[in-house]
Amino acid sequence: MIDSAREQGLETEAVIGLEVHVELSTHSKMFCGCRNQFGAPPNSQVCPVCLGLPGALPVINGRAVEYLCKTGFALGCTVSPYSKFDRKNYFYPDMPKNYQISQYDMPLTTGGSVTLVSGRKVRLNRIHLEEDTGKNTHAGAAISRSEYTLIDYNRAGVPLMEIVSEPDIGSPQEAEQYLSELKGILSHIGVSDVKMHEGSLRCDANVSIRPVGTQRLGVKAEVKNMNSFRSVVRALSFEIERMRECTRVGQPIVQETRGWDESRGVTHSMRSKEQAHDYRYFPDPDLVPLSIDAALLERWRLELPELPDSKRARFAAEYGLSAYDAGVLTQEAGDAAFFEAVAKASGDAKQAANWLMGDVRKCLQLHGLTLSSSPMKPAHLAALIAMVKSGAIGGKAAKEVCDELVMHGRDPQDVVGERGLAQTSDASAVAVIVDAVVARNPESVTAYRGGKLKALDFLIGQAMRESRGKANVDVVRSRLQELLD
Amino acid sequence: MADVPIDIHYVAKLARLSLTDEESARISAQLSRLFDFIGELQGLDVSGVHPTAQVIPLANVYRDDVVKPSLSNDEALANAPQRDGPYFKAPRILEGEF
Repeated sequence: MIDSAREQGLETEAVIGLEVHVELSTHSKMFCGCRNQFGAPPNSQVCPVCLGLPGALPVINGRAVEYLCKTGFALGCTVSPYSKFDRKNYFYPDMPKNYQISQYDMPLTTGGSVTLVSGRKVRLNRIHLEEDTGKNTHAGAAISRSEYTLIDYNRAGVPLMEIVSEPDIGSPQEAEQYLSELKGILSHIGVSDVKMHEGSLRCDANVSIRPVGTQRLGVKAEVKNMNSFRSVVRALSFEIERMRECTRVGQPIVQETRGWDESRGVTHSMRSKEQAHDYRYFPDPDLVPLSIDAALLERWRLELPELPDSKRARFAAEYGLSAYDAGVLTQEAGDAAFFEAVAKASGDAKQAANWLMGDVRKCLQLHGLTLSSSPMKPAHLAALIAMVKSGAIGGKAAKEVCDELVMHGRDPQDVVGERGLAQTSDASAVAVIVDAVVARNPESVTAYRGGKLKALDFLIGQAMRESRGKANVDVVRSRLQELLD
Repeated sequence: MADVPIDIHYVAKLARLSLTDEESARISAQLSRLFDFIGELQGLDVSGVHPTAQVIPLANVYRDDVVKPSLSNDEALANAPQRDGPYFKAPRILEGEF
């Protein structure tokens, strides 16, 4: 089919399916009581169960099942009436048991979908529950030269859900939209902290190309090692172009696993499917099946919070936000709540959105912070907005105060008082300064009256300097116009 | 032996077992009898029988999501064939070699 496409010079389209792994933010691990926490000292959160010591038995963490089912409800999936755990057998030191507990033929949920901002619906195949593996560090400068592997099992046994999409994604940009939408939903349900840089959200992609207008799937490659949204877009773009080049020069595309090399910007073959693993799945005899009570499922479903798509619609209707602003502000549940608190406290949703997406965001990015990691309180940002509106401080001072809020969580009143940033809007006080400036600059006055409008800016600047920046610039301008016009 | 529908050398390799020729022959014969037995089971009418993955008459056994003490790093590494500081140490492994 690809060959005939080449002969006919037809355009090809990309077909992408994503497998997303999400670590659940439970307190303890999937099958034992070890703490589930990123960044602890190596091998400090391990026990006989997650180290696979003989005789240790796993017991299912109920909250992980609840989190997966809630995710399923949020994504419109069907929760299976009967489900079980299986052993996926392989020899690799990231799992000390020589198998990973996963779900093979009876995943907890099937079906469902994620709707992209473009309106495209990406169907889901399944979501299943498993345990994460340990983390290997290959000692030495490069894997190929390393002599040994260091293993930290803190991550082994952390609850992991795998969300498998159908091949409904048509471009690297759509893959990014899909991940972003999924991340927003998971952040709202609160089942994961979805931090790609800490590995709590990870993604592999199945990619193929086919002539536009045809249905049959081409030979696919599985792309791994993509560690950020940006690398997903780059890796998929590279891989699609590589496949198109293969068809152009008449080289066959082989089914294989390809790793993304971030620094070189290429994918490289990791293993072809001929050497694919034979995992010999079988039901885990240590665990009993799941058959979740309908009433319990219904309770979990009702506990779901407002999800991003309905929140976007509500923000647009209730606060008059643009679709873009509503989209940005609902990406993270915490950010959305922060916005609502500022909007309510200040009574000015538009300004709340402008500050959060403008100066606050700039300051956060500059210092590598996020709204949730910044000590700023919604009430303080609302107070700052009120001070600007009432003319108590000017725009330049407001930016300075904003930095103090974001960085140190300070009360804007205190910052303004301490630094003398309050501005004078008192007309008579401003008039004294403006009158003196006018008296001292007769040539500018003549120039302005002769039609050189720029002279007014000079006089405003002089008056602002005279007031050491504390005069309300609007009051200065109107006094000047009163005198000169 | 010829009617065993599995490749004894392949299966042994997956399980990291090294079999002598004598063992391969003996185990193949045993597996062959197992397959005969399974063949008999496959002749039975099991329509209406739910596939059974577990014979214990229990379902939905959960633990609460409560953190329990873990082992100390030294306890965790006590039986490790090799260690390097707080890490387990293993020979280098490459994709495709396992």
